[in-house]
Amino acid sequence: MKYEPLPTRPGIRFEDAARAALDNTQLRRNMGKATQTIRAKRAVVVEELPDWQALREAGRAIKERTIRHLDQYLLELEASVQRAGGQVHWARDAAEANRIVTSIIQAEKAHEVIKIKSLTTDEIGLNEALLEEGIEAVETDLAELIVQLAGDRSSHILVPAIHKNRSEIRDLFQRKLGHSNLSDEPKVLAAAARAHLRRKFLTVPVAVSGANFGVAETGTICIVESEGNGRMCLTLPRVLISIMGIEKIIPAWRDFEVFLQLLPRSSTGERMNPYTSFWTGVAPGDGPRAFHLVLLDNGRSRVLADPVGRQALYCIRCSACLNICPVYERTGGHAYHSVYPGPIGAILTPQLVGVANASSLPYASSLCGACYEVCPVKINIPEVLIHLRGEVVREKQDHPTPGGPDVEGLAMKFLSYAFSDRKRYERVQKVGRVGQRLMTRGGVIDRLPGQLGGWTAMRDVFPVAPQTFREWWSARS
Amino acid sequence: MSTARDDILSRIRGALEDIPSAERSEHVAIPRRYNEQESIPHPELVDRFIARVREYKAQVRRVTQDSLAASIASACTARSVRRLLVPADLPPGWAPVAIELVVDRALTYEQLEACDGILTACTLGIAQTGTIVLDSGSGQGRRAATLLPDYHLCVIYDDQIVGLVPEAVARLNDVAHRPDRPITWISGPSATSDIELNRVEGVHGPRTLEVLVVETVRTATSTDG
Amino acid sequence: MQVSLFITCFNDTIFPKTGQAVVHLLERLGHVVDFPADQTCCGQMHYNTGYQREAIPLVRRFVEVFRDSEVVVSPSASCVGMVRELYPRAAELAGDHELAKCVEHLIPRVFELTEFLVQKLGIEDVGAYFPHRVTYHPTCHSLRMISVGDAPLRLLRNVRGMELVTLPRAEECCGFGGTFAVKNADTSMAMLGDKLRCVLDTRAEYCVAADNSCLMHIGGALHRQRAGVGILHIAEILASTEKGGHR
Repeated sequence: MKYEPLPTRPGIRFEDAARAALDNTQLRRNMGKATQTIRAKRAVVVEELPDWQALREAGRAIKERTIRHLDQYLLELEASVQRAGGQVHWARDAAEANRIVTSIIQAEKAHEVIKIKSLTTDEIGLNEALLEEGIEAVETDLAELIVQLAGDRSSHILVPAIHKNRSEIRDLFQRKLGHSNLSDEPKVLAAAARAHLRRKFLTVPVAVSGANFGVAETGTICIVESEGNGRMCLTLPRVLISIMGIEKIIPAWRDFEVFLQLLPRSSTGERMNPYTSFWTGVAPGDGPRAFHLVLLDNGRSRVLADPVGRQALYCIRCSACLNICPVYERTGGHAYHSVYPGPIGAILTPQLVGVANASSLPYASSLCGACYEVCPVKINIPEVLIHLRGEVVREKQDHPTPGGPDVEGLAMKFLSYAFSDRKRYERVQKVGRVGQRLMTRGGVIDRLPGQLGGWTAMRDVFPVAPQTFREWWSARS
Repeated sequence: MSTARDDILSRIRGALEDIPSAERSEHVAIPRRYNEQESIPHPELVDRFIARVREYKAQVRRVTQDSLAASIASACTARSVRRLLVPADLPPGWAPVAIELVVDRALTYEQLEACDGILTACTLGIAQTGTIVLDSGSGQGRRAATLLPDYHLCVIYDDQIVGLVPEAVARLNDVAHRPDRPITWISGPSATSDIELNRVEGVHGPRTLEVLVVETVRTATSTDG
Repeated sequence: MQVSLFITCFNDTIFPKTGQAVVHLLERLGHVVDFPADQTCCGQMHYNTGYQREAIPLVRRFVEVFRDSEVVVSPSASCVGMVRELYPRAAELAGDHELAKCVEHLIPRVFELTEFLVQKLGIEDVGAYFPHRVTYHPTCHSLRMISVGDAPLRLLRNVRGMELVTLPRAEECCGFGGTFAVKNADTSMAMLGDKLRCVLDTRAEYCVAADNSCLMHIGGALHRQRAGVGILHIAEILASTEKGGHR
């Protein structure tokens, strides 16, 4: 299957993709277990910190400061990285970023690169772009390796292969890594991956990574990880290329005191992840001899232009909102058709690609607010979802597509008209009471026409009461 | 033709038109009302550090300065470590007897990998999170050396242990500015939960991490480089 | 206190007993209740579905109807959330400074019923009697949008004769979400299915909440399954006394 980078296919609607996912027993079981396990772990380690809310406040404020003065911080970062011996590149879009990375690799005469799990490189479709130039990108994160070997897509930003169970992974490793007698013990499978990748780490001359944070003040880049594949990639090859979305910047070294508390606890539910690497430019005699930082826009400046929506750029990719989301828990990540699934994806993707190209995503939420509650940088996801729904409707109203009448739009307009006047409102109540007689059975309505049929597929509808409250009130007084 | 840099910067400036032009970055207040320092007594801090390192499935033991070399030797023996990699500036008095020491003087990766373990100092430890921090200072070696051998034995003096993450970040401020001092935070051995969320300790880095906590003789100076 | 009742359109139309219970309860507690008959709908469905321009006339109407009220009390956390959290945005969207100012002045006087009782009046025991086994579902908007906290539970714990059973996974959404239940009917049903299982596991006679919108969702499915478990707005329990139900 060809990996699908942004932009998403506007023809695929969330509700349709979700329908298929909901029927997938394996996926439902795996997603349910995964989200509830991480959710519970997170709750324990967050509960442990008495100053959690203060950390969230600080995290949001730091990000807000950064985003409001992004141009200044980017220039500061550029200067800091250059001062420390690194090279800085700017990429307007995915194609430009891929060209930059390709040319660096080609200058090294390399035909293979090792990669640290990076959503940003997924977003720009780097692996596919490199392949077209005859360069193989080897994913070194265990889950990314599984997804890559299977020709599959990630379903979770933190644990991309969470939709696969151990026996599927065992079969895959037997097929692709030339093993004949693997057990399906996670420990055995992890050891197989270690053995497979060790040679690559020692011999491949170029590594590609994303970046969790880039510090404007010092030029320090930070990668947060668990497996040690990150340390391998950051240390052993002679050239390191890090691709960083322009929003990943933080102003000062000190700010790590906030983010290195918020991120691990929100993400994996650990007090601290096993390995966190920081490097500033090039260290003589330790690690790569050349460091390239690619600063990527690819739609981010478009997100920035929306004063309500720009808070999506505060995201530190922890995935707490995915794990808490009752929708994501049931549909999994693939239904979102983007490298950014879950609640954060539902607000980020439409902004990156334009709401018209992902118009079902802002509706992929019951607005329950759990995502906002857990977000370590307090992104008000429900607020942005509602805001983007407004954009979707305005877009639809301003550029109507040919075809049948917009039933929903007409109904909404009618109800707005009817409800903005007491007499009309009361008439609607009375008409409803008469009209429902045909549909009422045993005191309820069990079948509604058209789109509303979705409701009555599982739920009865309680009819208009014989006496409305206002009728009771006026009879009483 | 304009450069990507110019284009991106001008897009950003255009996108931020609603921000008052007189606003400076420092005008956006950052409320830092979180705890910046742990207030519990130091001995409790050390206990917490040990407990939390242990929770992440690292081996951890308390030792005394006098027994340090012997403790290092017995740790190596217990792990069948015959060839122990050490940084060129290993603190005096740490070298264990009867274990072959391989000094990292620009060894190749293959030579590093051929060692059974690596012995290093560290710059500090964080009690709150059970983290040891290497900042390429003295006795800590280069990053590849603590990565390729399958066993990492790390020595920390108990006065190197701080309470909270903010205390650690503050202490690292100066080295963070230096290209020659990459920093690595280590909390337990490498781990993955990628297969059905089952935690497996030991993937790519050293599969075993062992920490020796040395009781500080209060008059002695720390080895912190 | 002179209390203006914001009944909400679906309580008015579908669940009139809830409004009646609120009236009986507040009058029993010694307050004077009025019902401004010009009220219709807060506009939440329009606003949250993206028809924000269409919601603005309804926002204006609400503000017009209640601008002079001493306090506005509503038996719907969701509609109160709309007023408190989203009216300022709607006024901003309308570009109407006058409206924004009115909204700002009105908001501190708008309360959800249980927070009005517990947080504003400081009452936790309203003298209710309800000899049944019930479980309480904290709705998302009561919990996370307007943060009523445990106000409903405090009130329920003081109801005499009642057996209150804890609902497992209580804080998870039932899958209603307004038009979400129609637009994403399948996902909504998957969520609702789990909520129903939790409700039925409690063996309660009634599932109680502070909002009839979610109850309409849960109750619609309970009825479809002929589960024999009823839904009840918390106001109807609080209004019941040993002299008999308020009905």
